Amino acid sequence: MQELIKSLFLPAFANELLSPLSDSAVGEFDGCKIAITTDAFVVSPIEFPGGDIGKLSICGTVNDLSVAGARPIWLCASFIVEEGLQMDTLERIVNSMHRAAYEAGVKIVAGDTKVVSRGNCDKLFIVTSGIGLVQADLSAKRISVGDAVLVSGYIGDHGIAVMSKREGLGFETEVESDCAPLWSLVEALLNGCKTLRCLKDPTRGGLATALHELAEAANVCIEIDEDAIPIRPPVMTACELLGIDPLYVANEGKLVAVVSADEAEVALNIMRSHALGRHASIIGRVIAEPKGQLVLRTAIGSRRLVEPFSGEQLPRIC
Amino acid sequence: MPMRVVSIEGVEAEVEQGGTRLRARIDLVENVKVGDYVLVHAGFAIQTLDEDEALETLRLLEMLGMGIQSTPD
Amino acid sequence: MALRWVSEFRNGRVAQRLIERIAEIADRECTLMEVCGTHTMAIARFGIRQMLPNSVRLISGPGCPVCVTAQSDIDRFIAIGQVDGVVLATFGDMVKVPGSQFSLRDARTHGIDVRVVYSPFEAVELARQMPDREVVFMAIGFETTAPGIALSIIQAENERLRNFFIYPANKLVPPAMKALLSFDDVRIDGFLCPGHVSTIIGMRPYEPIATDYGKPCVIAGFEPLDILQAVLMLLVQIRSGQAKVENQYRRAVRPEGNEAARRLIDEVFEPQAVEWRGLGIIEESGLKLRRKYEHFDARLTFDVQVPQTKEHPACQCGEILRGAALPTDCKLFATACTPDHPIGPCMVSSEGACAAYYRYREVSLS
Repeated sequence: MQELIKSLFLPAFANELLSPLSDSAVGEFDGCKIAITTDAFVVSPIEFPGGDIGKLSICGTVNDLSVAGARPIWLCASFIVEEGLQMDTLERIVNSMHRAAYEAGVKIVAGDTKVVSRGNCDKLFIVTSGIGLVQADLSAKRISVGDAVLVSGYIGDHGIAVMSKREGLGFETEVESDCAPLWSLVEALLNGCKTLRCLKDPTRGGLATALHELAEAANVCIEIDEDAIPIRPPVMTACELLGIDPLYVANEGKLVAVVSADEAEVALNIMRSHALGRHASIIGRVIAEPKGQLVLRTAIGSRRLVEPFSGEQLPRIC
Repeated sequence: MPMRVVSIEGVEAEVEQGGTRLRARIDLVENVKVGDYVLVHAGFAIQTLDEDEALETLRLLEMLGMGIQSTPD
Repeated sequence: MALRWVSEFRNGRVAQRLIERIAEIADRECTLMEVCGTHTMAIARFGIRQMLPNSVRLISGPGCPVCVTAQSDIDRFIAIGQVDGVVLATFGDMVKVPGSQFSLRDARTHGIDVRVVYSPFEAVELARQMPDREVVFMAIGFETTAPGIALSIIQAENERLRNFFIYPANKLVPPAMKALLSFDDVRIDGFLCPGHVSTIIGMRPYEPIATDYGKPCVIAGFEPLDILQAVLMLLVQIRSGQAKVENQYRRAVRPEGNEAARRLIDEVFEPQAVEWRGLGIIEESGLKLRRKYEHFDARLTFDVQVPQTKEHPACQCGEILRGAALPTDCKLFATACTPDHPIGPCMVSSEGACAAYYRYREVSLS
């Protein structure tokens, strides 16, 4: 997919706002700084513990704006519905979107619906786009050596909750998706933390991929401590059973924050006193070398590189 | 990954660790009881975990950790 | 965040002490092979290799079931999938392995029906649900996987399920270990023996490797402390000039193994010479169905033309599987061959040495 973006879309559409390939494009128009983003949601199953495709489609877009330092205000939503989808399912999903939008403080101001014949989509796809008003510059360039790295809570909940409902994986879990709109947490950090450098939401590709992208963009090394990363026991068990690494499992209601080292505790306290950051943790630091890399200090004291996500996560057999 | 047997129904058991559950066939292991830890591989419990031996290994590791020269027999 | 019987074996303080003890007694160059893919993954994930003294070298062996499956078996399995009415069932790891023409995942776009299953019983269940189709399960794996497959065959036989088949490609570990010792390009001073396989076979099948070949064997668990302790036990043997079979993984491996499971294997299968990727044909190292159960053998039921087997000429999976090369020695590693675009099976499977080296590259402690 990365290849497709770099070889087809980017050359075709290239401009100064698109080219950084950040989660949201940030630009100025008539003295007003705005952020804009869009995302397509095709999750299967469409309803899962802790959320559904509707809630996800709001949170995903709201969070992409939020971590760009922008207060989300307006959203558009387009629905591609497979013929035969139960009306009450669609109703549940629309209601859940409404609740998530209300919670996030955004309005859904435009939309479109297409119904396609059976087999031309999988039950329901949703595309959302959003506009936010930029409150602060939180680009990765602001990261510098010595900064502290925090995560706002348990990682891997969303991915494991969704996978537990997929056929063939053969496990059940008490884990629910962490799917939540993060703007209020971001706002608290912006208000209380003077040296907030950068934020990122570790969605597809998980914590490892998000931190790797930050390290690359800032041309620094991020070093994290395995023991400090909050992971729920059921997520650990599920990952062991499936032979996957929780660092690569998707989150939909978590953020990674980089702040100056002397404000690490301040940022931690702000997160922990917010409902969405109760289990926040200082997980690492920014160091100089090796540039553009993510390094993990393991539970037994060794250090290894963590690559960004690649390939597919397949259950292991032996 | 060792999983704890929660319930047994014929040749199937529900096993659990840390809040994640799995159904596993138990006809490859003899005398499995609720509360036992089993190793599960591709849908089958392949062996029960001997908790006395586990504790013994941990004790030995602690001793090695303290610098006492000893290796298992 | 404690997981019972897991967290206890990841204690960093005890690990440090074990490393110190290993450094104290590592007085000569030695090469230890971890036979099992799950060990390979754990060693990489916990960065164990870099913590050991330079004189102690850990190399990966032929213990990843997907990796050692011969290209010709993968091609034949895919060819069977092209027969009208056939549904292929396989463990997930197998799906992305490149065949000579295409992988099982790409086979879907060629109209082949491929289902991923977690256990052989799910394949039996597929056969029950689709009485007008023929379900062919790819039976790969070692002694750990074979008992479950045997049980699924017995169940299918009892139900007179005539649309369930397996492609028998199960392999046995001890014959491959012996075969490895006959290659001139590999030096092995001791084996970390596979913990899960040993729960089934026990300690005895390793005895000839210790007594006839003079190579120390230690059965090891999969947590970092297990692996470090097993390395220490091997070094103690090597230093004292001993070669015996020891069991570090005593909480899970009984000396006699799991007799009930072995009886099941024996009821359904018998050993035969089979081809391993990288190792060639090894006597008595694979399992074929006994005559009584031969009607479950997809190879005998479906007469298919198999295209000429093609492997990438530069791919070194073969050498890597017998410990003669490290993944990083291969020209394709991390350049043309990545988890996104695997060329050889060792980059595909989550247990493959190349995938482990790729995902978990070590950095020096500074």
